Amino acid sequence: MSTIVSLPDQRTARIPKVNYLSKENGILSWLLTGDHKRIAILYLISLSFFFFIGGALAGLIRLELLTPQADLMATDTYNKVFTMHGVIMIFFFLVPSVPATLGNFLIPMMIGAKDLALPKINLLSWYLYMAGGLLALYTMATGGVDTGWTFTTPLSTHYVNTNVLTTGLAVFIAGFSSIFTGLNFIVTIHKMRCPGMTWFKLPLFVWAHYAASVLMVLATPVVAIAIVLVALERTLGIGVFDPTKGGDPLLFQHLFWFYSHPAVYIMILPGMGVISEVISTFSRKRVFGYTAVAFSSVAIAIFGFFVWAHHMFIMGISNYAVLVFSLLTMLVAVPSAIKIFNWTFTLYKGSITFETPMLYAFGFMGLFTIGGLTGVFLGVSGTDIHLTETYFIVAHFHFVMVGGMLMAFLSGIHFWWPKMTGRMYPEKISQLAALITFIGFNFTFFPQFILGTLGMPRRYASYPPEFQILNVFSTGGATILGVGYLLPVLYLVWSLKYGAIAGANPWQATGLEWQTQSPPLTENFTVTPIMDHECYDYEWLEARKEKEVTSVG
Amino acid sequence: MSDSHASADYPFTHGDSGEVPAHAEHPAYLRHHFNSVEQQADTTNFAMWLFLLTEVMFFGGLFTAYLIYRNWYYPAFVAGSHQLSIPLGAFNTLLLITSSFTMAMGVWCAETRRKSGLVLCLILTFILGLGFLGIKTIEYSEKIEKHHVPGFHYSLSSFLDPDSDAAAKAAGDKPMALDMARHTEVYFSLYFAMTGMHALHMIIGIAILGFMIYRAHAGAYTTGHVTFVENFGLYWHFVDIVWIFLFPLLYLISRH
Amino acid sequence: MSEQNEHAHHIVSPMVYLIILLALLVGTATTVWASYIDLGEWTPLPGLVIAWNPIVALAIACTKATLVVLFFMHVKYSTRLTMLTVFSGIFMFLTLVGMTLADYISRAWGRW
Repeated sequence: MSTIVSLPDQRTARIPKVNYLSKENGILSWLLTGDHKRIAILYLISLSFFFFIGGALAGLIRLELLTPQADLMATDTYNKVFTMHGVIMIFFFLVPSVPATLGNFLIPMMIGAKDLALPKINLLSWYLYMAGGLLALYTMATGGVDTGWTFTTPLSTHYVNTNVLTTGLAVFIAGFSSIFTGLNFIVTIHKMRCPGMTWFKLPLFVWAHYAASVLMVLATPVVAIAIVLVALERTLGIGVFDPTKGGDPLLFQHLFWFYSHPAVYIMILPGMGVISEVISTFSRKRVFGYTAVAFSSVAIAIFGFFVWAHHMFIMGISNYAVLVFSLLTMLVAVPSAIKIFNWTFTLYKGSITFETPMLYAFGFMGLFTIGGLTGVFLGVSGTDIHLTETYFIVAHFHFVMVGGMLMAFLSGIHFWWPKMTGRMYPEKISQLAALITFIGFNFTFFPQFILGTLGMPRRYASYPPEFQILNVFSTGGATILGVGYLLPVLYLVWSLKYGAIAGANPWQATGLEWQTQSPPLTENFTVTPIMDHECYDYEWLEARKEKEVTSVG
Repeated sequence: MSDSHASADYPFTHGDSGEVPAHAEHPAYLRHHFNSVEQQADTTNFAMWLFLLTEVMFFGGLFTAYLIYRNWYYPAFVAGSHQLSIPLGAFNTLLLITSSFTMAMGVWCAETRRKSGLVLCLILTFILGLGFLGIKTIEYSEKIEKHHVPGFHYSLSSFLDPDSDAAAKAAGDKPMALDMARHTEVYFSLYFAMTGMHALHMIIGIAILGFMIYRAHAGAYTTGHVTFVENFGLYWHFVDIVWIFLFPLLYLISRH
Repeated sequence: MSEQNEHAHHIVSPMVYLIILLALLVGTATTVWASYIDLGEWTPLPGLVIAWNPIVALAIACTKATLVVLFFMHVKYSTRLTMLTVFSGIFMFLTLVGMTLADYISRAWGRW
């Protein structure tokens, strides 16, 4: 199979002596760093840690669901397991995943800057994330919380004795981590671009992060205040969500989903940014319709603010609200579809190769499309009434989040691994892992669409026996999926010592980050770059290569 | 996006763009990832504005709750509002508006390098802020005494029997039905949540002001590096704006 | 380039601040005074009653806030980016409040 990988001569190649990893030593140089790249690595390690905890919880869920009875654990425990799975995966993995690792690492490099605008705030973001995450783990260790990750009132305020407050506090703190990251990105992208870097020469990765950052900054505070009100309701009984005192439980849901719907776009937009970069590089072609893709990121962000009540169709909002939000939900699907079309047209007549990042990108395109289309079914209020709170919803969001976002994350990690570490990952085993992930994913979650249509409710530990065969398929798939996710950890760590030396630009990619050494210097560039060419300009890259002198080490 | 001024608009203040000499001439407060003082000032200013956006959305949730429940339980909100003292609230508003003025004057002093003027303005702002919190404390303790704090000891007697309560009697309130009287607890919940959140922001602001007075006295803000004072000023004015809305919504619901 | 540097160079004079302070104090007095007067109601459509008192109170509050934003917070002398930021904040706030309220208000309209 052909490949675009172009590595330096392995007999003489060395990792550059001076780089951001070797610049300073000692634990304090990491814990007190202002370097966006080191902070990205800190995030990568902590995110992986939380991902596997969330994954273990998922394993417990699937184990319980092997049998129709609630026999592995008490139903209360099962409630706690799926709640913590949701809380950890959403707030401590998916929301920060691409922005905090790849965004932090790459955005300054992609715009030609030395660092993010506010390096100390960047470090603060990581500490807030760790504080929230450790508090969430403490919550788990001391009995967990069983309200579902959505903390729906009045269950969470009046009827449970579990650690709602602690978990709420953990999410509150993690929310501020997210806000500060988004704030940092917006300021950096506006104010720190190098000479010549106009808005329409920015990589689409940057556009996607910009849109996601606007969502982070504007939406997250609303869930913060919702959590504060739940805390006040639980401790003081103030009555804002208590029907006996005249409060409305639905108000909590309005405030909660005002954030949580944009949150799904916070999660997916950076992944879409990764896919734009990967598809362009592995088709050797500029992204088709750059402006459309850039504006569609912004459109997704804007429209995403107006559709939150589609999570509340059956909860008691007015029929007129149902109508309006349903119509708006149809609209929000359009920009996402535009992106898929543009990526497809990018592939058309491109020189496509199938390295691991591209395999994950293909997986993304297929699985996200399915997930997105099923979202449209759910946006239509008529069908939503039957499908909501069933496994159809579970399948829908796992398709977009795991089949979409997690695949994009893995694609990005593999794509920029050579840049971050200076080493290539082993190609064959990584392609195998991608394939295993794809197969495992489909076995896990496709049956859940069928289960949902047949009527199996979500968040139940027991179910009618006729659903068992599909649940067994799903659990079997989950096992395969687990293997698929474990493999990258193993071979990526292996590659740190034994991987091939990558050199500055193993993928022959455009983009400013590929024009410097791997791993980069702490200050990214020795000379401020001047952006005098278009984005994804492969001709410019060719012209440069002709004049290039490959240095040793 | 018309904002296309890449950092070509923030040229390096030293040498030509691109080549960065070993340690160029620049003020001590210029961080190394910025090209120029101007870029740093613009950037931090923009960052503070974005932070204020998050605060707007944070308070937004509370205002949403307020508007809904005021719509639903108007008589209860009127009765609850009559329990608040307009003279105290109006005086607090005056204090806060004046403190915004002194803060703006402080920024002017920093920009025109008047060190003693800056210290004076900051001290005045500090005192006015403390005054606001002092009056708030008086108001809160009065609420606590009258058992108007939502929770275990909430008392409905002021609303079921207005003649027993001086404030309700003065406002000419009629006795309320039991279910509507219960909803006054929602009014007070929002009163405490909103003014409490506001007071928390004021406390943080006053603490930072204390720090700033100390630094201003040492001359930190009158050598050209005014961004800290400016950006804090933005925060302080924002806290003032929140109160500008809280005052009529909570205190002035209906007095006729 | 000059409009973006305006912020760094334009120093607002204390006289402007003083005038704004007086305007704000007058606004406060007005809003307190207006709350003691029954300004009546307006019924443009049957079933849609608009009371004037809250509208006047909010209008005065918005005016005061605008003065603080424009002059004390220097937005009048700032870049377009700052103004865009302020507007997007107001817009998002109005979206949150407006669309949530729309649900609550339309509940009373019953079924189709």
